[in-house]
Amino acid sequence: MSTVSSQYPTTMEPMNTSTEQPLLQVENVAHYYGSRVGCAKVSFSLWPGEVLAIVGESGSGKSTLLNIISGRLALSEGSITYRDAAGQPYDIANLPEGAKRRLLRTEWGFVHQHPRDGLRMAVSAGGNIGERLMACGERHYGTIRNAGKEWLHRVEIPENRLDDTPASYSGGMQQRLQIARNLVSSPRLVFMDEPTGGLDVSVQAKLLDLLRHLVRNLGLAVVLVTHDLAVARLLADRMLVMHQGAVVEAGLADQVLDDPHHPYTQLLVSSILQG
Amino acid sequence: MTAQTDTMHSMENHAEACFQYNFAYLDEQTKRMVRRALLKAVAVPGYQVPFGSREMPMPYGWGTGGIQISAAIMGQDDVLKVIDQGSDDTTNAVSIRSFFRKVAGVATTTHTSEATIIQTRHRIPEEALQEGQVMVYQVPIPEPLRWLEPSETETRTMHALEEYGIMHVKLYEDIARHGEIATSYDYPVLVGGRYVMSPSPLPKFDNPKMDNCPALQLFGAGREKRVYAIPPYTTVKSLDFEDHPFAVQTWLRPCALCGSTESYLDEVIVDDAGARLYVCSDSDYCAARQAQGHVGDGMPVAAPQGTGKEA
Ligand SMILES: Nc1ncnc2c1ncn2[C@@H]1O[C@H](COP(=O)(O)OP(=O)(O)OP(=O)(O)O)[C@@H](O)[C@H]1O
Ligand SMILES: [Mg+2]
Ligand SMILES: [Zn+2]
Repeated sequence: MSTVSSQYPTTMEPMNTSTEQPLLQVENVAHYYGSRVGCAKVSFSLWPGEVLAIVGESGSGKSTLLNIISGRLALSEGSITYRDAAGQPYDIANLPEGAKRRLLRTEWGFVHQHPRDGLRMAVSAGGNIGERLMACGERHYGTIRNAGKEWLHRVEIPENRLDDTPASYSGGMQQRLQIARNLVSSPRLVFMDEPTGGLDVSVQAKLLDLLRHLVRNLGLAVVLVTHDLAVARLLADRMLVMHQGAVVEAGLADQVLDDPHHPYTQLLVSSILQG
Repeated sequence: MTAQTDTMHSMENHAEACFQYNFAYLDEQTKRMVRRALLKAVAVPGYQVPFGSREMPMPYGWGTGGIQISAAIMGQDDVLKVIDQGSDDTTNAVSIRSFFRKVAGVATTTHTSEATIIQTRHRIPEEALQEGQVMVYQVPIPEPLRWLEPSETETRTMHALEEYGIMHVKLYEDIARHGEIATSYDYPVLVGGRYVMSPSPLPKFDNPKMDNCPALQLFGAGREKRVYAIPPYTTVKSLDFEDHPFAVQTWLRPCALCGSTESYLDEVIVDDAGARLYVCSDSDYCAARQAQGHVGDGMPVAAPQGTGKEA
C-alpha cells in the first residue's frame, strides 16, 4: 500500500464555506525513522472547533503524525501551518524552540495516553492546574487557586482534593486532571493520544462523556488519536484512517464508519462490529 | 569534627610539602581560566557559567567552588575574611583563612569593613558592604530549577527561554501546604530582571542585602563546576505572589548579647531544660556592638511547650 488510488477520498474538503481560515494546514508531511516510514504523504486541514480523529491499527503511524503536527517530532518532508487567534500564521517546522514551547503552553494542549507523562506527580492538583497560568505570568495566588477549584469542578473531581498530589488519584481522575491542566489556559487546539486508552471500560465511558461536553462547550479544535472506532464516532466530526504510515481514507466520521470505501477501512469497521 | 581537622591538617601539610606551589595555590593557567569564567558571569548577571573546576586539597563540602574563586581573584594586597554560619571562628572559617595566609601570604581579618574579599557559606554580614569589596559565596547546588528538572539540557533551555513559571509552582505548593511561603533558605531570586538564581544556603533574611549591593558578588559551585555573579548595583528580586509578598524572618526579641533588633539571630540551647538564647549569628557584628557599649538582656527563653526535657 505505497500509494493511495484515487477512487477513495483521501483529502479533506473544507466543510467551512465562510471566509474563516483553517487553524491547521498540514501539507504532504512525512517522518522517517532512519529508513523506516513513520508516516508519509499526509495532508489535511483542521478548522476552528473541529474534532478530527486519526484511527488505524497499532504501528500505522498515528502517534508519529500527531507528534509531527504538534511540533514535538521533526518533519522529514512537507509543511505545517498553524494560524493563531489573530490570524497570524506559524510555520511549525521552522518555528524557533521558544515560540513552539510558548504555543504548547498557551494556545495548544497535549493530553498523553498515560497521565504520568502529562502531570507533575509530586505537585498538588492545584499546582498542576495552575502551572500554565503561572507560566503565562499570573502572580496572584488567590486567582490561581480559584482557577484550580473551578477546573476540578469542571472535570468532576471534588474540590477537597485540590491539595492532594495526583499520585493519590485513581487513573480516571488523573486523566481528568491532565485534561484540566491543559484546558486552564483556554487553548484553541488540543492534541490527544489515546486519552481513554489506559482506562477500564466503565471509566472510559465517563471520560468520553466529559470530553465531548468540554469540547462542545469550549469550541475546542481537537486532533485525537485512537485505535478505538467507537471513540472516534462519539467525539469526531471527521476522521483519517491510517495504514502503514499512509492515509487510506478520510471524510466525515459517520460516513466513513457507515460506508467505508477502502478495503482496509472496511476490514477495520467489520472487525469492530464482529467484536 | 576529627575528620574535618584531619582534612585541614593534610591540606596544610600538602601545601608545605609542595614548596614551590604557586601564589594562592592554583597555577596561573587555572586562575586565568576561572577569571575568564568570572568575567563572563559578571557580563551576564545571574547566568551560570561552566568552568573547569579543579581538585582542591579538601572535600567539596568545604566550599571548593568559593576557594577557587578567592584564589583566582586574590592579589598580594587583599585582606580576606571568611565566615561560616555567620561566624569567623568555626573550624572551616579558621582553616580557610590559614590556608590563604600560607599559600598567598595575604592578610586576614574578622572585621567586615577591613576585608576586600569576604568568602562565605551561609550569611551576608550585617554591616553594609562597600564598593570595592567582593563577596565570594560557596554554593552547593547552583541550579534553582533542579528540584523539578533533573536534565541539565532542559534546565539550560528553560533559562535561555526564561521559562520560570515552575519556580512559582514551588512557591504555590509552599503556600498550599503551609499557609505561607515556607522556604526560608536558598530563596530564589530574579537577577537583573532576567535570570532566576539560587542564592545558595543564605537565609532569606539576607536576600534584600543582595539587591542593589555596592559590592561585587561572586558564586562558585565546585562539584557542579559552575560560577555566577551579581555585579555591583544590580537589581535582585525575591520571587513572590502579589497576595503573598516576600518577607524576611523576624524575631520577637533582640539579641541577648548586644541588644540588636536588626540582625539575624541564631538560637542557642543553653541548658538541659532546653532554654534558648537568641544571639546574633554575625559574630563580628555582635562583638563590635558590644565593644561600643551595647548590651542585651542576656536572658534565655524557656523551651517551647512540649519540647525540651521537662519529663
Ligand atoms: N522511535 C522510533 N524509532 C523507530 N521506529 C519507530 C519509532 N517510533 C515509531 N516507529 C515506527 O513507526 C511506525 C509508526 O509508529 P507509531 O508509533 O506512529 O504508530 P501508532 O499508530 O501510534 O501505533 P500504536 O497504536 O501502537 O501507538 C511503526 O512502524 C513503528 O515501529
Ligand atoms: Mg501510538
Ligand atoms: Zn548581637
